[in-house]
Order: sequence, then structure tokens, then C-alpha cells
Amino acid sequence: MEPFTVHVGRAVPLRRTNVDTDQIIPVRFLTRSSIAGYGENLFNDWRDDPDFVLNDPRFTDASILVAGTDFGIGSSRESAVWALTGRGFKAVLSPRFGDIFYGNALSNGLLPVTVDEAATKALWELIERDPSLAVTIDLGAKQVRAASLAVPFEIDSHARWRLMHGLDDVSLTEHHTARIADYESRRRPTMPTTGRRREVS
Amino acid sequence: MTGTLAEKVWESHVVRRAEGEPDLLYIDLHLLHEVTSPQAFDGLRLAGRGVRRPDLTLATEDHNVPTTPGPIVDPVSLTQVETLRRNCAEFGVPLYPMGDAEQGIVHVIGPQLGLTQPGMTVVCGDSHTSTHGAFGAIAFGIGTSEVEHVLATQTLPLKPFRTMAVNVDGELPDGVTAKDIVLAVIAKIGTGGGQGYVIEYRGSAIEALSMEARMTVCNMSIEAGARAGMIAPDETTFAYLKDRPHAPSGQAWDEAVEAWRALRTDDDATFDTEVHLDAGQLAPFVTWGTNPGQGLPLSASVPDPESFADEGQRASAARALEYMDLEAGTPLREIAVDTVFLGSCTNGRIEDLRAAAGVIQGRRVADGVRMLVVPGSARVRLQAESEGLDRVFTDAGAEWRLAGCSMCLGMNPDQLEPGERSASTSNRNFEGRQGKGGRTHLVSPLVAAATAVRGTLSSPADL
Repeated sequence: MEPFTVHVGRAVPLRRTNVDTDQIIPVRFLTRSSIAGYGENLFNDWRDDPDFVLNDPRFTDASILVAGTDFGIGSSRESAVWALTGRGFKAVLSPRFGDIFYGNALSNGLLPVTVDEAATKALWELIERDPSLAVTIDLGAKQVRAASLAVPFEIDSHARWRLMHGLDDVSLTEHHTARIADYESRRRPTMPTTGRRREVS
Repeated sequence: MTGTLAEKVWESHVVRRAEGEPDLLYIDLHLLHEVTSPQAFDGLRLAGRGVRRPDLTLATEDHNVPTTPGPIVDPVSLTQVETLRRNCAEFGVPLYPMGDAEQGIVHVIGPQLGLTQPGMTVVCGDSHTSTHGAFGAIAFGIGTSEVEHVLATQTLPLKPFRTMAVNVDGELPDGVTAKDIVLAVIAKIGTGGGQGYVIEYRGSAIEALSMEARMTVCNMSIEAGARAGMIAPDETTFAYLKDRPHAPSGQAWDEAVEAWRALRTDDDATFDTEVHLDAGQLAPFVTWGTNPGQGLPLSASVPDPESFADEGQRASAARALEYMDLEAGTPLREIAVDTVFLGSCTNGRIEDLRAAAGVIQGRRVADGVRMLVVPGSARVRLQAESEGLDRVFTDAGAEWRLAGCSMCLGMNPDQLEPGERSASTSNRNFEGRQGKGGRTHLVSPLVAAATAVRGTLSSPADL
């Protein structure tokens, strides 16, 4: 995973709340067996609407999505994140995220930035007025900056450290393999295992 | 230790705890399906890693499979299912494929096999993993990167959830079910109300529910934003588990039950948030909008978006009515459907099929309405057929299908056409969820069956 420290880019205003992962990537595109290619179908069904903001040429090269509250609710599909990163997005801002989406974004170096509703509205107005406006996401300073606006944000310190160093969770956990083995040695021996128990009838 | 049920289960699974870091939590059961696992296995191969505990891992094919006999026609879907088979063979993971008597929706087969037990941690790359919390397990959906992490290490680094109690006391009126409880909970706290929480459902109305009904409640926790929902294990839980293929037996059973009895929230424990519902005031619930929080009692009318105080909710309701092609003020009972779907990990179990069959027996599906009945697993199908339920449905004009996720999500051949409207016992009414342009009303199995007969959203009392 590439380290994330500071990102400067254009932002796109998505004035919708409750953007579920079925909208970000409709389920019929989940038949793929690899990570590549999901970007093609980002917000696929909303893109049928010519007025949909991502069809606006002024926002086509945006790398920051500013959405309403409860972004990424619903299905656990990590392809919702792959669709965003596949289209070049580096950060998503919302007052509140679906829990699973939030974790998936962190796993892929897509920064989920929690900002309150007032800041979200202020950003929407700024970028609608000037779509070419440079928006800065500064993970080190935990701050979003755009024109004269500076909005602080909170993020778990461990998650931030991992992002800033581009660290992969599995490698970190592998340092604790001995502890895992120790835990396993203390599990109740009658805990279930998954091998077939019932003959096929 | 004093604490809530969730805290007790969490504490007993901590492998490592360090200041400023997430807890490393041991995972007792990891369920896999074809859609969210291929990239995780690719990741293992790329890093030269194996599956640490294939004996705690189980795979099945459910999301992307047809529910009519015959092979998968779509070549990309076929590749995905074949990829799962190849991955399971390569890494030694047990798999119940299409055609196997143990195949079915991942959240139906775990409990049915007795693999889901009280006090466990259960994960799956599927948000409805919360279903398994009905047994007093911490069970939650994970992304594919986390699937890879669990395959490699049998653990997950996690920050503790906050705790929420949803207390449902009193007695449910006739015709009101677990589905109506959970739809009412979601309407009350909203699709984001549970974010960051694990919900414990408590109270006399919850204790009175069967295990299958408890699974329906926990299943939809995620629709309120909560990654997990739990119910303390009790005699109902133990009776359900006894003699299941993977349940302990003999002395191990007695020891397990004794340990499970301790899995209760202590009287002096506190929740971060509490919510109360009076079961006696509940009614059959249906959704009118495009998220599961947009629901009302069946006796109500489509709401006027202007009636919402919150600006975001107002905009969301206006957009939902446009997508759903509904007018404010229309009584919900007058909404006509094309399709009725009975099935899914929410309501595809034998009790659901029995309840719907009881309503539809001796009646006919209304002209112009298609009713799909899709058992949640092959075992549920076999059980239903042994009870003659399949004939009840087919005699009424419904279609009797093979097990799978089917029309809960529009990725296999079972889909709504653009503009079609369904009454569905599934869990999500998002735009396009059941097929591009399709419109979904979430309902209980009883309402689904009555709706199939009348052709408009109805409860058995309307028949």
C-alpha cells in the first residue's frame, strides 16, 4: 500500500445522504475475480442521469469525493472502495461512514475523512463555485484545507500511522504469531471445526 | 468479570492488547463465499502465505448461483464459482458446492450445522454475518482485505465496538413477527443510528422468539448501521443446538452449556446507549423508500417528504418517492406489486416458509403477480418438501426454487426488470438492489404471502 501523507486535488460535491455500496458499485458487476476494472462501473446506474455530478466535465478529474452523511452503508463489498480508487479517488469526506466501508477504505489507502455537516456544506459551496479549487487533505496535520477554509478531522492514531507508512495489516499481525499460537493452545478443545460431519443423503 | 454480553465475548478472544493499538481478536469461525473471497486468496498467493486454520474455515456457493436446475450460464459468474472451488482445493478449505445437501446461504448453513455457537467470534465477507449473533456470538461482516487477514492469521485487529441495548418488552400482537420488530427498530434509530455499536437485543419479546426469528432480528442489525447484533443464549438456544452435526455431545455438551449460561449481561453492567420498544404497539411493517429506515406500519400512507424536519431526510425521501414512483398520501395497502420474493438470509428458513405457506394454503397468487419461493439452504428445501410445503406454494401458482441468495441481490439470474415492484422478505430496498430500476418493499413472510394473494401490500388480516 502506498503511504498517504498529504494529497492535493480537485473535489467533487455529491449532495446525497445514505449513499449505499449498491449505488457505489451495483452488485451485478461483482462477478469479477480480480481487483482491477471496478472503476469503470463506479456509480454505474446513477451515471445514466446526464445531470449526475460525476458526468459533469468540470469534475471528471476529481480525486476527492465530498458526500452527505452515512456514506458507504450496506454491503461489505470492498469493490466499493476498489471502484473509487480505480477512478483515481484518494479521499472521501462525509459526516459519517458505514463501518465496514470505513475499514475497507483504510485497508486500501483510500482516506475516509469524517467532517461535520456544516463543514461538508461549506466545502460543497466552495467547490461548486470553483470546481478547479485545490483541496488539500493533510493526514499529518489532520486537516482539510480549501481556499480560506481549514477543517480539522479525527482519525484513530494507529490507523493514521499505518496509512502514513503504507503498512499492511497482515505483516504487522505476523509479528504476533507466537501469541496467536499461545491463544490457540488455550481454546476449549471442543470448539467446533468445519470438516464435514453429516454424510450426504 | 462484570460487563455486557458483547464485552464478555470480546474479552475472551483478545490475543494481544497494547496501548494505542487495536485489540488483536481471535476468530473462531470464518465463512467464505464466491463473491468476496477470490481477491483474498490471490493476496495469499502473492505473499506466499497459507490458510492458518482451514479447519475453522468453511465455504459455500450462494450469491452468484442460479436457483433453477442446471449449470451457471454467465461465463464470468461461472469463473467466479470455479475460482472458489480451485482456491478451496488448493488451501484445504472445506466447501459445500451447488448440488451438495449442505449448500445454502452462508448465514443459513452455519447455524443449521451447529457451527455457530454461543460465545464465539464469527466473520464472513458479507455484512449479514450479524445473523449469527442470535446465538450470543460476536458476528460481523468484513471486507476482502480482512478476509485475507483472517485466512492468514485467524485474527483481526479491531477497536472495541460501543454497546447499545435495544429493549423490546411486551407481547407481539397476532401477525406481527421478528421482521416487523427489526424494521421498526431501524425506522426508529435510522440507517446510521447503530454505527460503531454492537446491539444487544433484550427484553421479554426477544426472549419469546424462536432461534430462527432471533436470526431475522440480528440479521438486519447492519441495516441500522450496527456491524453486529447479539442475543444472550438461553434454553431456546441450547434446544436449537442440541444434536446438530457440529454441536458438542455427551459430557462436552454439558460443559459447553454450563459455560454458555455465563454469557449474559450482568445486572450492574451499563450500555453506551439504550433504546426501548413496546412490542404490544408494533404492527406489520413495510418499507416505502430506498433505505431500510424508510418504513412504516402497513396501515399508514406514503409520507410527504415535507413532513421530515431534517433537511437530509427530506431530500432523501423526495428522491426515494421519485425512484419508487410513489405519491405522498397513497395508502401503503393500495400499492400493487409485480413480484413477491420469499427467501434470503433474513427470511429463508423453514419457519418462514411454514408461516407463508400457512397463509397461502388453499389460495391463489393474484393474476399478474410472480411469486418466487427460495429456500435458504438445500436442507431447508428438503425439509419443506418433506412437509409438502413445496406443493402448497406451487398449487397456489408460486415458483419453487433451489437454495441461494436469489433475488435478495440482483447478481444471479433472479432479478427485477426496470420499473418492476416487489414485496420482498429480504433485507435491502436500495435502488437497484434486486435488479437495475427495480423497486423493493421489505416485508415479513406473512405480509409477503398475503401480498401475493391480493396483489397489493397486505397482511393476512386483510384476506
